Amino acid sequence: MSVLEAKAMPLNTPMLNELESGPWPSFFKDLKEYSKKKPVVTQLLNQLEESYENRWNYWLGKIINVPGYGGGVIARVSEKAAKYPGLANFHTVRVIEPPGWVYNTKALRELADAAEKNGAGIIQLHGMSGDILLLGFDDAGAMQCAEDLMHQGWDIGGSGAAMRTLQCCVGQARCEMACYDTMKVTKHLTDTFIAFLHRPEFVYKFKFKLSGCPNDCSNSIVRSDMPIIGTWRGAMKVDQAKVAEFIDAKGLDYVVNNVITRCPTNCLSVKSATKELVVDHENCVRCMHCINVMHKALKVGDDKGVTILIGGKRTLKIGDTMGFVLVPFMKLETDEDLDKLTSFVERVWEFWNDNGMDHERVGEFIHRIGMGTFLDGVGVEPDARMIARPRVTPYIKFEELGPARLGGESGQNPPVWTREPEAAEAMD
Amino acid sequence: MSEKKMAPRDQGAPDYTKYLHPVMAKNYGKWDYHERVRPGVLLHVGTSGDKLWSVRAGSPRTMSADTVRKICDIADKYCQGHVRFTSRSNIEFLVGNEADLKPLITTVEGDLGWPLGGTGPSVSNVSHTQGWLHCNLPGSDAAGSVKALMDDLIDEFKNESLPNRVHISSSCCQINCASHGDISIIVQHHHPPRINHKDMQICELPKVVAICPVAAIRPAVVDGVETVEVVEEKCMYCGACHGQCPSMEIRDSDTDTLSIWVGGKMSNARSKPSFMKLAVWGLPNNPPRWPEVSNAVRKILKAYKEGAKDWERVGEWIERIGWQRFFEKTGFKFTKYHIDDSPEALSTFNRSAQIRI
Repeated sequence: MSVLEAKAMPLNTPMLNELESGPWPSFFKDLKEYSKKKPVVTQLLNQLEESYENRWNYWLGKIINVPGYGGGVIARVSEKAAKYPGLANFHTVRVIEPPGWVYNTKALRELADAAEKNGAGIIQLHGMSGDILLLGFDDAGAMQCAEDLMHQGWDIGGSGAAMRTLQCCVGQARCEMACYDTMKVTKHLTDTFIAFLHRPEFVYKFKFKLSGCPNDCSNSIVRSDMPIIGTWRGAMKVDQAKVAEFIDAKGLDYVVNNVITRCPTNCLSVKSATKELVVDHENCVRCMHCINVMHKALKVGDDKGVTILIGGKRTLKIGDTMGFVLVPFMKLETDEDLDKLTSFVERVWEFWNDNGMDHERVGEFIHRIGMGTFLDGVGVEPDARMIARPRVTPYIKFEELGPARLGGESGQNPPVWTREPEAAEAMD
Repeated sequence: MSEKKMAPRDQGAPDYTKYLHPVMAKNYGKWDYHERVRPGVLLHVGTSGDKLWSVRAGSPRTMSADTVRKICDIADKYCQGHVRFTSRSNIEFLVGNEADLKPLITTVEGDLGWPLGGTGPSVSNVSHTQGWLHCNLPGSDAAGSVKALMDDLIDEFKNESLPNRVHISSSCCQINCASHGDISIIVQHHHPPRINHKDMQICELPKVVAICPVAAIRPAVVDGVETVEVVEEKCMYCGACHGQCPSMEIRDSDTDTLSIWVGGKMSNARSKPSFMKLAVWGLPNNPPRWPEVSNAVRKILKAYKEGAKDWERVGEWIERIGWQRFFEKTGFKFTKYHIDDSPEALSTFNRSAQIRI
């Protein structure tokens, strides 16, 4: 039975009915109303009611793909297809969202029409990876929905061991704090690496998230393998007249208690007589707090760029990993800058995929092989800004201080008895 | 009839420049400052003096095609046809003409029925997962539990009365797709997977073995069938194998529970970003409205509101007052399960004589 030919059945949803009232918008109320027009939704809601009653789930996965693609359709089949034949195949189509999730109504109507014409007409804005999710297609419907949308210029999102759909904050489109063009870079990376998004060929998934400043509104640092976060070199901008205005409006106590004492590196002080803010610019770590509080008086600096981190992800397998600094600063404005970024990404991918194990995210890979080895592998010089502190353990293999030793020669102190592999190699 | 031409492949991300509100396009990269006009309404001002209002409303994330069209009708009338969404599934109606603001707000709150809020120091919309509606792994629902929770927290969404913003996330299994938040709700399992040996052949066994974080899964032959077995002493009930293979059923409708975690923070403001930590465990998975979860979240918010300084996020407040006080103030019992036993554990102990006595 196809999704489109599914028959309506009487709704039997006493538990879900309890989600109809209340001030927060109810997905259930919306879908219940919509089920009058879309019969298959009655079956979906009745199955969901059974989940509520039995605290049990009835969806299984399978794999189907749009021709030419290796991901982007999240296939679902219902275990209760005998009872709810419209749910026998009820897949999600992931669609790449516009960077920054900006839309015009023509675009939204295209999505609504494609979802309704080919499937259950349920739309999620947005999935946790950033994609537009269209729910409820049988195999043929999913293919047709994808074709319809691709004819209109949309493209399918990522899934599996691939580059995943990117996600970014609103950036320069509507934020004075954005230090680079997050939307442009998101589109550039997506389009440049689109083959890696559509045809999984990595050891595991790889996510980018892009934020225009260290406030990190795209939640990149724990949710992406390569967080790209806007920042600046040199001094932030201080408008002392507006500082004085702020002090007049809020009072000196407010500034001391909510700005000066909250700086993580104690680089702020205030001159009460002149109502001036004094900044130890060299010691500023670009946390954004003072700019967030006094955003009319304080602005990000003019020499803008990005910090690139690596390795963020949730628990599986070795535990949560926070993204850590890989490139402390680089400019990201010109086409050459973008080329530099993409070739750097390629180096990271190549080293990780050549040496990573199955299901090993890049952060786990670095944890296993060591950051020093990783830096050698991708050709990046160590930088003290990559670490919170140097190592404590003294067990170190110094390459410079451990020259190859040849065994069996007389007069050695201490004597070397065995021929070591690196010595044998050195003799080749 | 000839076959319809195959659509072009690999087209990439949509051209966002077509979707920018005209005021956004004109002031792209040239914004000066912003203000919060009222809860739920942001005003951004360009260096040109141009103004753009963003009216933020909580969406249910899951919506029908008709509701999407309703949004479009509203945006066509008041927003020159432009909206955007936030990372927490709020919608932002973009307004270039101040005169449109009032009727837009009336329409969004009245006709659409979506509340304004989620700006500044408030509880924003809940990042959440797919749940029973459409995931293959969930131990609980997402859209429904979020609806119930936000009904309860509506005043905190609509007002800006907290010390700082509070991001809540809700996930239906331990993969935790909704990720870290100031307050996070996740499902806990309490038994090793039940293996359906007859059906193991549908999965790649080496991958099932390899996915286990504690190497508890090993190959076995059961009744002449090549399958796997689980060393139950090692298994920590994470469910990673279940994600790999549906024949490794980890869920149990009778015993699965929910736990609440606190102190996740992505922003670099003030303190460095931080992971969420366990606050309370063993809450019942209780549809359709999960009242025990709402009560626990309320307790955390109440203590946070009373105790935190302005601008302190939940985790920063707890770090300042100490975890002992957090448990006192919320009334949650501190147990041995709160003490980390991961490879990171030693670094999470109080390695000092600094104690509040």
